[in-house]
Amino acid sequence: MATRPRPLSPHLQVYRPMYTMVLSMTHRLTGLALALGLWLLAAWLWALAEGPAAYGRIHGLLASPLGLLLGGAFALAYWYHFCNGLRHLQWDTGRGLEKASARRSGTIVVIATLALTALTLAALAHAGGRP
Amino acid sequence: MSLKTPLGRVLGLGAAPGGSHHWWVQRLSAVALVPLTLWFVVALLALPDLGYATVHGWLAAPGHALPVALLVLSATYHAELGVAVVIEDYVSREAGRTATLVLARLAHVAVGAAALFAVLKVALGSAA
Repeated sequence: MATRPRPLSPHLQVYRPMYTMVLSMTHRLTGLALALGLWLLAAWLWALAEGPAAYGRIHGLLASPLGLLLGGAFALAYWYHFCNGLRHLQWDTGRGLEKASARRSGTIVVIATLALTALTLAALAHAGGRP
Repeated sequence: MSLKTPLGRVLGLGAAPGGSHHWWVQRLSAVALVPLTLWFVVALLALPDLGYATVHGWLAAPGHALPVALLVLSATYHAELGVAVVIEDYVSREAGRTATLVLARLAHVAVGAAALFAVLKVALGSAA
């Protein structure tokens, strides 16, 4: 029996970057970003439980230019992970895995992500952007 | 000495080893998060403003607190599962990998518990 350590995947550097591969890596990266965003969501809920003063502080941070930029980035990460996640769930049923359909669904994911992010930011600016 | 055949010993075990349960609950939590996060984003954006009184009043309603609690739980679970896969892929030394996995698990339990506690405090606390 072989006793040397088994190879670990994925060895990204041996592949030429491809459109679908970049989308797959983006799914991981946005997932990691959203896992960090969970701490922000928890902090926001925690401040809401603490009272108006604590909530005012975190709301002020989130409504600052840097906070809005962060919010926009999280909206982008969320919608990408959401749309590409639906693509993954479709793949899990064994459908849409052929090269042409995987590329097509990838394009749909990118367009849907940009559209939904723009819609979210527009809604935020329209209604809830101000305290 | 095991009486299992060599094939029987390795069936279902990948390099991880194990994984079909992890794979399945990652999908289950993903499916749960589709309606929960969609509803959360739309509901928050539909509020007249995002000030303390409005948001607190909104979350205090049982019909809102329960789905937010479910969202917090499934999002934390889904994040932990995903982060664990990334750690398993990229931290190659076993001691470091185990330590990082333990740390990630504990951190996610902490952040999930904090978020859940906050939701329950708003939902069950007396009207401020």
